[in-house]
This record gives sequence, C-alpha cells and structure tokens, in this order.
Amino acid sequence: MAGKIEDESNDRVPLRLRPEWSDVTPIPQNNGPNPVVPINYSEEFSEVMDYFRAVYFANELSSRALSLTAEAISLNAGNYTVWHFRRSLLESLKVDLHVEREFVERVASGNSKNYQIWHHRRWVAEKLGLEARNSELEFTKKILSIDAKHYHAWSHRQWVLQTLGGWEDELNYCSELLAEDIFNNSAWNQRYFVITRSPFLGGIKAMRESEVLYTIEAIISYPENESSWRYLRGLYKDEATLYVNDTQVSSVCLKILRTKSNYLFALSTLLDLICLGYQPNEDFRDAIEALRTSDNEEQDSDIARTICSILEQVDPIRVNYWVWRKSRLPQAA
Amino acid sequence: MEPSSVVETPSPTVSQRDQWIVESQVFQIYQLFSTIPPNAQSLMLELQRDKHIEYLSKGLRHLGSAFSVLDANRPWLCYWIIHAIALLGETIDDDLEDNTVDFLNRCQDPNGGFAGGPGQMPHLATTYASVNTLITLGGDKALASINRDKLYGFMRRMKQPNGGFRMHDEGEIDVRACYTAISVASVLNILDDELIKNVGDFILSCQTYEGGIAGEPGSEAHGGYTFCGLAAMILIGEANRLDLPRLLDWVVFRQGKECGFQGRTNKLVDGCYSFWQGGAVALLQRLQSVIEEQMVEASQSFTKSDAPDEKESSAGTSSHATSRIRREGISESCSSDVKNIGLNFINEWRESEPLFHSIALQQYILLCAQEQEGGLRDKPGKRRDHYHSCYCLSGLSLCQYSWSKRPDSPPLPKVVMGPYSNLLEPIHPLFNVVLERYREAHEFFSGL
Repeated sequence: MAGKIEDESNDRVPLRLRPEWSDVTPIPQNNGPNPVVPINYSEEFSEVMDYFRAVYFANELSSRALSLTAEAISLNAGNYTVWHFRRSLLESLKVDLHVEREFVERVASGNSKNYQIWHHRRWVAEKLGLEARNSELEFTKKILSIDAKHYHAWSHRQWVLQTLGGWEDELNYCSELLAEDIFNNSAWNQRYFVITRSPFLGGIKAMRESEVLYTIEAIISYPENESSWRYLRGLYKDEATLYVNDTQVSSVCLKILRTKSNYLFALSTLLDLICLGYQPNEDFRDAIEALRTSDNEEQDSDIARTICSILEQVDPIRVNYWVWRKSRLPQAA
Repeated sequence: MEPSSVVETPSPTVSQRDQWIVESQVFQIYQLFSTIPPNAQSLMLELQRDKHIEYLSKGLRHLGSAFSVLDANRPWLCYWIIHAIALLGETIDDDLEDNTVDFLNRCQDPNGGFAGGPGQMPHLATTYASVNTLITLGGDKALASINRDKLYGFMRRMKQPNGGFRMHDEGEIDVRACYTAISVASVLNILDDELIKNVGDFILSCQTYEGGIAGEPGSEAHGGYTFCGLAAMILIGEANRLDLPRLLDWVVFRQGKECGFQGRTNKLVDGCYSFWQGGAVALLQRLQSVIEEQMVEASQSFTKSDAPDEKESSAGTSSHATSRIRREGISESCSSDVKNIGLNFINEWRESEPLFHSIALQQYILLCAQEQEGGLRDKPGKRRDHYHSCYCLSGLSLCQYSWSKRPDSPPLPKVVMGPYSNLLEPIHPLFNVVLERYREAHEFFSGL
C-alpha cells in the first residue's frame, strides 16, 4: 500500500539534522486536541510533512522545497496539495521538465492508480508540447502492457492523441491489444475513440463498413463477448434506421441464434432491433422457436414477447429487466 | 479473415482467466452455502453488525501508519466510517461527534471548501465527504459549521467554461467533480444557474457508445462515473437529455453470475459497485416514465424516419427537449424548482419493482463481500477496508428498500435476505446519506 520509492530509508538523515534546513521551523499539523481518523504517522512522515507545511505556508519557492516535495510524494503520492505546490516550484525554478518526467515515472512505478500522478504527468506533457508525444505514448503503452485496462493510462493516452497527435498507428495498436485479449473492453473503447476522432480515418461514417466486418468476425469467434456486441451497436450510434436496415446486424444475430449456444447477446440485440422497428422474417421465428424450452409457458404469437420470455429463463440475473422490457414493448404493428 | 476455422480451443485471454478465477472462488462459497443446513445458512447470511461497528469505530479512533497514503483523504475516512455506522442504525458517542465536527472544521478552508486534511487545499471530493459526514452527524452545531457562502465561492472558482468543475485549484476536470459539486450545492440549498450552467452538456458528452458514463469525454463507461453523472443530471433536472434506455441496458448488464456488479464491461466483480451501479439502477427505477417515453420515441423514429416533432433542445443529442416532461422526481427546470429536486425525488416515490436482481446482490454482499470479523471488501481474497464497507452497506440498503412503497417504509421480510435484523437504514439515493438525516439537513438549509 505504501508508495515508497526510495531504497535509502535506513541511511536517511532527518531534516532537523540537515544543515540546509536549520533555519526552518517545522509546522505541525493543526490536528486539534482530539482528532478523529488519526493516522499513526511514522516519524519520517510527520517530519517531512511538518517541514513541507513550513515551506508551503511561506510559499518558499526554493530548490530545497522542490526536493522536499519529492520526499513528501514518496511517502504519499495522493497528496494533491504537495503536487500542486511542486508545480509552482517547477515553474518558478524553471526546472527541466524532462527530469520531472522521469520523476513521475519513478513514482508511478510504485502505484500508478492515483489521480494526482496522471494529472501531473498531463501538466508536464502539456508544457513540453509536441516533443512529449512519443514519450507519453510509450509511457502509457508500458503501463498498459502490465494492466491493459488501466483507466488513468487510457485517459492520459487519449489526451495525448487529442492534444499532441500520434494517431497514425493507434488503430493498429488497438487491433494488437484485441488480438491478445478480445475481451479487453478498454481496447474496444479506444478503438471507438480512434475511429470517431482520428483526423486520418474520416470518421465513423467512413469507417463503418470495415469496422462492422471486423466486429462481426469478433462476434462469431466469441459470441459471449459483450464488448464486441456493444461496439457493433455503437457503430450505429444515432443511426437507428441504418442499424435496423443493415442486414449484416440481423444476419449475425440469426447465425448465432442458430448455434443455440452463447446466444444471450444475439437475442438481446434482436430484441433491440425489433423495438426499433425491425421486422423479423420466418427464419428468425424458426430460430427463436427452436430456443424455446418445454417449460416455456405461454405460446406467444408476438416474437418480441417470446424473446423476452426466453431471456427471462436463460439470463436469470436480469429477470426483472426482461420482465420490465416485456411489459414495455412497443405496440406490435 | 475467415470466421474461426480453428477447431482446438484457443488458450484463454487474460480477461477470461481472471474472470474464471473469481467465478470459481465465488461459486465455491455459494456451493458451500447450498450444502449446509438452514440454521447454518442463516448464520452465514447474518450481517455481523457488532463486528462491523467495532471495526468501523476503531478506525475513527486510530489508524495505523499504512493509512498515511490516505492522509489527503481524511474526510473520506470520516464519511465512509460514519455513514456506514449510521446505515447500521448506530450513532457515535457525543465526544466523538464533537471531535469530528472540530476536525472537519480544521479541514475547512477560510476561503471555502474542505481539504483532505488540516492545512491542505480545498478539494471538491473531500468537500462532498465532509458535508455528507456533517449531515450524517446532524444537529445544528454540525450543520451550522459549514460556511455555505464561502463554499459557494469555492465552487464558482472551480467552475469551468465547458460546464465541468475542477476538483481543486488547477486540478482535474471530470464527472466526479460535477457530481460532488452539484450534490453539495443541492443539499446545502446553494444550487443556482451559474453552477448548473453547461454542466449537463459536459456530462452528456461523457455518455459513451456503450450506454454508461465515463470520467471524461472519450473514456470508457464506468460504474462510479455513471452513478455520478446520472445523479448530477437528475439533480439539475436534465436526466432526460441522457440516452436512458441505453444507460439502463448497460447498467443492468454489469450484474453478473457472481451476483455482484462489475465496474466496466468484462471487468471483475467488486462489492463497491453494489452502490455505484446498484445506485444507478435504483435511480433509473424512479425515472421509468422518462425511459418509456424515450423508448417510444425511438421506436417511432424508425417508422416516421423524420426528425421528431417539437425539437427544441439545442445542445442535447437526445431529441428530448429539456423543457418538456419532468416526472417522478424531476420538476420543471427553472432554478427555484431545481432546489427541490432532491426532496421531490423521495416525496414522489412510488412503489415499483427493482430493475436489477436485488436478492442476488444481497447474497453477494453478505456471503462474498462480508468479513465475519467485521468490515466488508471488494471480493473474496481481498482485505476489508472502510471504503468498501461504506459502499457495500450502502448497496445493501438500496437492495432492501428496492420494493418499498415509500422510500423509508419497512420492507417485507422476503425481500430482506438473511434474518430481518439485517435491515439497514434507508438512504437518499442521490446523495448517499441516511434518509432521515437528509430530511433534517434539507429543513435546516431551506430555512437559511
């Protein structure tokens, strides 16, 4: 849990014994006589924070203050006040931000799941401008190679692409990650981000056809993968008519339904299509009929109702939702 | 590329492997549960109230040095612990209560807002935690300790031209910041047009193709941000601008066969999403007529194929005009009524069925997220902590009252899993504070 990054904790010289700090009077935390949620700080933690308060309250923009913030961050990388003060120090001392980038990397290697590290990293990259593009893309790639769903890393990467560019290879990168793990929803999300926002791909309209093929392929390989189904639907966002009319969508549903296994998303997708106006033909009716189990009570002439009934049975965790959907079906034409 | 012509089973991906490991741990517990005699079952389902109280109270009085990494989150620790205790129907003793008010006052910035600890900068998230803690403590002393005028100034300073909020001075802008600002402003009765301005546009831009809401535009739909975004939209009277049927569909699919909720598609179950996702479904349960209306409109748009009539909403992607239909807790959007949305939300409560599997979720919380020695956790194999204790219990409370006629009417025994003594206090689902404390706070601040 602790975000230690130094390995020299043993031979650490306390601040009060360091000559360069002799003129500073540390300021203890104003915790009050009977604080709640009191933390049993280590001696080192208390001392560093007491000196930090002294320089912070005095707004001392010095290089010793800068190194003190590094110590404080190594003890608690979640202290946004320390990071904030560090940024004003970096600015006023005109510190080389390449060095700062390395510092962030070291902190992140301890625990990268914290808002402050990433906010700081973004600030540094913004200051460095275009030259930071590759290092930022590499940095996020490194983090994502360890945790491919790292929320902050993805968000940083998107910011880099939008602010500094580097879109050229991003679709390939998404494909690589999806080839490794087709269930990686973060990679699907990134793919959506790329096809809708990359200045090189012409937008979702231009990409739809090839993306639909790619996604249908993924669906056929793993019909139980919710990510690809949601992505498919996303390709027709705000284009309900197109969605309903594209036979590729209904066909893949039919294809999966006919396999009689892992058909949950095929069924729910078909239900959505019907709710949006799709008129299923006899093939669909037969495929649905073949999924009905003996204990499926009522014979229903309405295919949407039948689908809901099947979903109630095969997807019991969402039984309430399917019952609700059944009761809210649009009036049959 | 041709469709999978490979016959042999490919080796599992990381997602599959991780998922199967968790599933097997969870199913092992359910398997064990199903084989033991009924009296042992009810013992296993029992909420270990005393143990939880003991674990929570201890944290309020003492935390080990490992908690140093939460040194900038101390009001959160207060909220997680004190709200969890309140959910369990207990109060802390008067001294501890005074000490909490005193401590949070030391976190309050002279220029408004609450910081993560004394001497730190004010932060919207810890402001939310502090305000909710003080409301949970209740009483004039606690409530009057909040400097609303200064707090309002702080929030205005955090407000961005794009409608969003920064977490702190020069801090990050995201949907959490929007929710914590709007929630606090709403409950303290300082919500106005300036704070509301464009925040709906920002949140709307964070709803993803999946249906859920992300932290920033372009990011992945996520349970925490989805709750925050939806609750904030309701509080400003603009929930109908979201694509609610898709939002609902995404959220209900986050409950898996482990019975608990996951935070994102194809991620692992985690007890804390009992509240974030469960809470989002609970909110949507109250918006049913708006959802239906959107579904009807969607089904008609195909047949008509023309643009929907009376289109007047300028910013939204939804064809719903912002000024139209506000039901089930959503009143007209003029600012005087916005102030009553929180109250109307519970006053206009009607009996309905939960849209998620409430019993299954209770089972996950009690059997998989509960530690017998006190405290609750993410999943089996993880350690308890105050955050998960708070949000597992908050989710459990939502489940127990999900069928109720009134937000606080006692549920039937059959909808409370385990012994009826498991029943927790009801919460206000928009703010996540115990309902009667919300009412007290609302009364207090509406008089100011």
